Amino acid sequence: MPNENHLAHMARTLGAWFAALLLFFPLGWLFLTAFKTELQAIHVPPLFVFEPTLDNFSEVQRRSDYLLYARNSLITSVVSTVLGLLIAAPAAYSMAFFRTRRTRDILMWMLSTKMMPAVGALVPIYVLAQMAGMLDSLSALIIVFTLSNLPIMVWMLYSNYKDIPPEILEAARMDGASLWTEFRHVVMPLSVGGMASTGLLCLVLSWNEAFWALNLTSAKAGTLATLIASYSSPEGLFWAKLSAASLLAIAPIVVFGWFSQKQLVQGLTFGAVK
Amino acid sequence: MTRLMPRALMAPAVVTLFLWMIVPLAMTLYFSFVNYNLMQPGEHPFAGIDNFHYFVTDPDFWAAVSNTLLLIGSVILITLVFGVLLALLVNEPFPGRGIVRVLLISPFFVMPTVNALLWKHMMMNPIYGILADVWRAFGAQPVDWLTDFPLLSVIIMVSWQWLPFAVLIFITSLQSLDREQIEAARMDGATGVQRFFYLVIPHLARAVAVVVMIEMIYLLSVFAEIAITTNGGPGNASTNLTYMIFKQSLLNFDVGVASAGALFAVILANIVAVFLIRIIGKNLD
Repeated sequence: MPNENHLAHMARTLGAWFAALLLFFPLGWLFLTAFKTELQAIHVPPLFVFEPTLDNFSEVQRRSDYLLYARNSLITSVVSTVLGLLIAAPAAYSMAFFRTRRTRDILMWMLSTKMMPAVGALVPIYVLAQMAGMLDSLSALIIVFTLSNLPIMVWMLYSNYKDIPPEILEAARMDGASLWTEFRHVVMPLSVGGMASTGLLCLVLSWNEAFWALNLTSAKAGTLATLIASYSSPEGLFWAKLSAASLLAIAPIVVFGWFSQKQLVQGLTFGAVK
Repeated sequence: MTRLMPRALMAPAVVTLFLWMIVPLAMTLYFSFVNYNLMQPGEHPFAGIDNFHYFVTDPDFWAAVSNTLLLIGSVILITLVFGVLLALLVNEPFPGRGIVRVLLISPFFVMPTVNALLWKHMMMNPIYGILADVWRAFGAQPVDWLTDFPLLSVIIMVSWQWLPFAVLIFITSLQSLDREQIEAARMDGATGVQRFFYLVIPHLARAVAVVVMIEMIYLLSVFAEIAITTNGGPGNASTNLTYMIFKQSLLNFDVGVASAGALFAVILANIVAVFLIRIIGKNLD
């Protein structure tokens, strides 16, 4: 019996490692290709051992000003996440602690706005942005990112706040705590994990957003997602440079994701864990 | 004051979301009934239901509807099945679990444009791609993925991206699984399969509902993976509704027809949403 358990444990370990390496392989391959010459990149059979070069990276910056796009990505995702939290937190707080009969309907309605496919709003938003002179501007992207993440943020925060026992809040209110004190000193400390993971998820979603970024921006306000799209053809034939550009575009958010995954996991319950 | 305060707190979110919903919807509704081409400035004469008629009789329409549903259905099925398996696999401690988890969830942080180009070129290229090499290693003829299996290729790319999301949610959910209950069931002689179907799956029901709902929202709008790889082709083999409407509006400049199409997408989304919200709504309280 212990022997069998040991075998099962071995099989499980091997299976998990195999699955993880398989899923990660495309990214690992992207990483390797970024350090190859163009000839090595399309070598048949594929090369796993080669002399690495850094030329691709300087070429990417020279050709398309990576830093400008990176700056745009950083600004749009951080500002839209902060704005989103500022709007979503009070709403979620109100829904969780001042429940009425309509609370659930409001939450469901908010989620249903997310059900409207982005493409359904494409033409109007495009026309509105054009009329406001906001095509290819960071503010247009920030507004769109904030609004399209808002329902998910409210939902995540709501399900986190709801886990806070109402008795604690009532005790604070009896002691004459103002709304702000109550939020700042009772709710925030108890839900900091949930707020952090809500922010993290929205940061990732905004950083990677491609539909609006591709359709509303071009050279000036383009994010990294649009920079990479510009490599689709015919430069896409240059795999090493494409890989270097891609690596530069995803590395910040992937590394960020690695370090925050524990945090992310804790808050991603959406009320699903009880 | 205490009666007004909750509403005041909710107001910014409710008002902005209401505008975000109603303004584009109203404009789309208006556009869908007029002749409006971005290349022809001037009046927008009333067009009746011509735009709708044109969009629905477009030979691409039904292909786009079925591709959309097929894409959403397959990706959800793949991510649910493998998501549960992988989450269970990494739920118990083993050497290197932390690293395995980090590797598993990495694809979720990759932006769709990189995902699309990475798979299109380095993985699926019929000559230089990795898959071609694997096929050759087994003595098989390499497959020209994007030409011969365009929709399947898109499904693979999108599943690769969303599987980690499902794994994340299921890992979170499994953390609250009652281990003593499982252990008790094992002592009572329940087999692994029985424990899985009678204890684990019911526990994961809410997490499944969440995964389905969130993926549905994002998969309706899959765009970059198609625009960058296949352009909806060959023919209409990988055109979904999102891509078809994009083609009408920003490539053909026909705002009227595109808006009619957008209304179809909204209606389709809402049919799905009503059905989903029934399920999720029950699970929220």
